Amino acid sequence: MNSKRFNIGKVITYIFLVIITLISIFPFYWMFVIGSNDTSAINKFPPAFIPGSNFMENAANVFERIDFLQAVLNSFIVSTLVTFSVLFFCSLAGFSFAKMRFKGNKQLFIFVIATMMVPIQLGIIPSYMIISKFGWINDLKAVIVPWAVNAFGVFWMRQYIASAIPDELIDAGKIDGCSNFRIYWNVVVPSVRPAIATLGLITFMQVWNEFLWPLVVLKDTSVHTIQIALRNLNSNYYTDYAMILNGTFLATIPILIVFLLFSKQFIAGLTEGAVKA
Amino acid sequence: MNVNLKTQTTNKSLKLSKMKGLNQTKRDQIAGYIFISPFFILFSIFGVFPIFFTAYVSLNKWNILGDKTFVGFQNYQMLMSDPSFWKSLGNTFSIWFLSTLPQLFLALILAFILNQVFIKGKDFFRLSVFMPNITSVVAVAIIFGAIFGERYGILNYFLSLVGMDPINWKGGVLGTHIAISTMVMWRWTGYNSIIYLAALQSIPKDLYEAATIDGASKIQQFFKITIPMIRPMIIFTVIVSTIGGMQIFSEPLIFSGAGGGSVKQGLTMTLYLYEEAFTRSNFGYASAIAWLLFIIIVLFSLVNLFITRRINSAD
Repeated sequence: MNSKRFNIGKVITYIFLVIITLISIFPFYWMFVIGSNDTSAINKFPPAFIPGSNFMENAANVFERIDFLQAVLNSFIVSTLVTFSVLFFCSLAGFSFAKMRFKGNKQLFIFVIATMMVPIQLGIIPSYMIISKFGWINDLKAVIVPWAVNAFGVFWMRQYIASAIPDELIDAGKIDGCSNFRIYWNVVVPSVRPAIATLGLITFMQVWNEFLWPLVVLKDTSVHTIQIALRNLNSNYYTDYAMILNGTFLATIPILIVFLLFSKQFIAGLTEGAVKA
Repeated sequence: MNVNLKTQTTNKSLKLSKMKGLNQTKRDQIAGYIFISPFFILFSIFGVFPIFFTAYVSLNKWNILGDKTFVGFQNYQMLMSDPSFWKSLGNTFSIWFLSTLPQLFLALILAFILNQVFIKGKDFFRLSVFMPNITSVVAVAIIFGAIFGERYGILNYFLSLVGMDPINWKGGVLGTHIAISTMVMWRWTGYNSIIYLAALQSIPKDLYEAATIDGASKIQQFFKITIPMIRPMIIFTVIVSTIGGMQIFSEPLIFSGAGGGSVKQGLTMTLYLYEEAFTRSNFGYASAIAWLLFIIIVLFSLVNLFITRRINSAD
């Protein structure tokens, strides 16, 4: 009796899990289904549930409507440069907070953590003014420079360096006469590669998906990132869903592949950040 | 021999550190500050300064060319009697409420289930529920715009299967809020459940074993052990969801279009801020919205913190 009730509980649990999983995955599938059918397929009742054969044609429409490759290239340039810059400056600052003795180390670090809670987006108007003073409107610099280092990255690298590198290793380097930067470059960076990889993935993904700030400062189509281009594809007066979802699918695929390849680091990184905070 | 060598090196290092002595500590200090300076420089330019300067801009009539006249609190007074502002405030709270509460509750249940010993294929489930989080907000808004379409949306098709009339999601206030909340939930439930899962795994197993021996049901265990034990994580997710929810922008912009739709059903505070600033060039007025939004977020986070603390200590 008791064991039977337990089994029913198990079955219900599994059904619940499977439903949640289906809901999580279905939109990806649906995007591909509509993106590969012709426009009339979505207008049918019942709508299409299996992929069609119009994928290439829809993709061609996407390429005609927006400069897809340019937008992907822009996103790639921005995401890559920001990622390298974040990795460098955040690990350098993280090393300093974790291993170097200077006045106010602890207080400044607490300040860094506190800034994570400040909704920086609300300063968007002065930020826009600064960027236009610099003459960076419609320049990719406008989205690269403000993101070049962030509090989360500093925090993340500091925690990792503090726990992964023994003080003796740093002291040994100093005795050998290494400068602080040499110690950082030759001792610290090689030993925290996993943390750097994870932070790199998270940063790349976040920058790739960013929308509001690029929308404000990148107005010309030649500097649009893929998110802005996607938004333009989805214009209000003409809705060819087959084409729109095809473009959305094409834009989501790169990040999806990166995620599936490195899902372990991704999930570990995004959750550990929260858990440690 | 070995010992000798060791003392020799220690002597050498002692000598070295004595020689450099003060010099080295000083150099360490300076290097320490230099290494952290990029963050502080950038944060002062694009973080601290803009937030305070926003307050100054909000006291002016200020257009995109930089022409300004000081008007004191006039922008705030106008906001108080601006129906669009109140609408945007109401919409923001409604969407926040509809998305956050069910989302965090569902995430908790999901995490609790994924933490059960008998579940097989945990890695697969973890991966799938996390997947929505890597999708861009723009993509999510477009996909769900198609799912929630009135005539051809797949959701209305499912509703028709159970004999319901199609719903005009985009046209109505509640429909729009539900659609936007669904996007937020879809993107964040898995993420939050993975965070909760990490917290759950740090709860000692014998607590549950003892409870099982005492005859406590799974549901009792959930409310009496699980929730109290992961309280800090719940507070964290509530605050983060609040900060994010108050700033919701991309979903309503893409789902409802400019102005938040025909009856401003999708006009949120950040969307209103964006349109005042970058569509209508009212920088002063938009800054007043930004500053109010900032105050609301701070107050709201504090209230959340207070309530969550209260509820938990009442147990």
